[in-house]
Amino acid sequence: MTSRATLTFTVNGRRRRVTVPPMKRLLDVLRDECRLPGTKEGCGEGECGACTVLIDGRTVNSCLVPAVQADGAVIRTVEGLARGPGLTALQQAFVAMGGAQCGICTPGILLSAHELLARSRGRVPGDPEVREALAGNLCRCTGYQKIVDAVRAAARSARPASGVRRRARPAAPGARRAGAKRRPAGKKLRRRTR
Amino acid sequence: MRAALSTLEVSRPRDLAHALKLMQVAPGAERPTPLAGGTDLLVYLNAGAHAGLRFVDLWGLRELRGIRTGREGARLGALATFSEIREHALLRRRLPALVAAAAEVGGRQIQNRATVGGNVANASPAGDSLPALMALDATVHLRSVRGERVIPFASLYRGYRDLALAPDELITAVAIPFPPPRSRQFFRKVGTRRAQSISKVVMAGVLRLGRDGRVDHVRLAWGSVAPVPLRAGRAEAALSGVAPSPAAAARARAALMDDIAPIDDIRSDRDYRLAVAGNLLEQFLRAADPRFAHARGR
Repeated sequence: MTSRATLTFTVNGRRRRVTVPPMKRLLDVLRDECRLPGTKEGCGEGECGACTVLIDGRTVNSCLVPAVQADGAVIRTVEGLARGPGLTALQQAFVAMGGAQCGICTPGILLSAHELLARSRGRVPGDPEVREALAGNLCRCTGYQKIVDAVRAAARSARPASGVRRRARPAAPGARRAGAKRRPAGKKLRRRTR
Repeated sequence: MRAALSTLEVSRPRDLAHALKLMQVAPGAERPTPLAGGTDLLVYLNAGAHAGLRFVDLWGLRELRGIRTGREGARLGALATFSEIREHALLRRRLPALVAAAAEVGGRQIQNRATVGGNVANASPAGDSLPALMALDATVHLRSVRGERVIPFASLYRGYRDLALAPDELITAVAIPFPPPRSRQFFRKVGTRRAQSISKVVMAGVLRLGRDGRVDHVRLAWGSVAPVPLRAGRAEAALSGVAPSPAAAARARAALMDDIAPIDDIRSDRDYRLAVAGNLLEQFLRAADPRFAHARGR
């Protein structure tokens, strides 16, 4: 017997409607139904952070979120980080400073760092604060120092146009819709991801 | 394993009353498993280690959300997340031991999702917030269609992962009185690393010296050293009414060894846990009053 539920949510500004088993992992819904493979599976038990996405502005391990709890949520994956044609200041800093090696942990780390920068609102977080904020993301290439450097560099250089600093507080209801309105076409997103 | 996820049924109650109705099942029928933030339950499901087929999703229930504070204490809705707890300005001032525990549960992704009610219900002897709740004299609020019930946290666990809950009861809130003024709070988790790891030993404490310079309030609570989170009654008794001194600390440490019963397991072993538990107690006492470490507070 298979039970299914029809769920509606927003991913990277685009409304989605899926009919899936209610306990299917959000990670699998994003990769299978939404065709967004930027979100990776690492451990599958909430330890490694590779599957990190934002729900209503907050990071979650998408391997531990049942699809049913995504109903009505505003979700952001790594594909939806950049809003314009270029990369965000955070992504640029990762490229410039060697913050990505094999790349499997990178999408999750970008989202955790994005949450940190949104939380610190223009302030440059110290090294220990960055490490604490990224503690739920494991990098098996162990490139941590360059990752921390890249996050701090992005905080220093964050410009309003980058979409990093200008995010309102993550949980603020107003912030959710703002993203959705500004980018109606989801199909543009994938092009930007390398 | 994962294919089996497609056979699981989830009810989505409109409100708490509806949820309580869903929890009421005929004798012999499967008790539905309440689902909150899912950070423990989904791990069990992904590993094929949860037998239940029916779930009640509590995540959308407003009645179980939020943190309320008054003069006397705080009331955490069962769905209050650890992020909400660690970011709450008043809790940071008045319940630092709980806030410290919240900040060391998993990583941010877990803290954004994991709830205090879920941590209590999961009943792991290593649950990080549990010693803090116990040391802070928390009470657990339960509801069923039959009514409401409040039980002291200290009598919640009857045995390993065995809660004193009826099958149709849901945890609705955890209430915590603010400790007496001038008390010192402590929380320390020892694991392989600070984030994500499951504790080898975890401890929370509250201690106050009265106007006469003697201990007039002491709570010592532990995780990962027994089948259940536990108060160290003998160590507390050794400290009650005494003035801080190295000898008092030594007596408390000796008494603690009879309070706890750690085991060898995948994360650590008995001897290590006994040694670390003793060290944590001394660390707490030293932080609470330096005279516990040195006779004249050098």
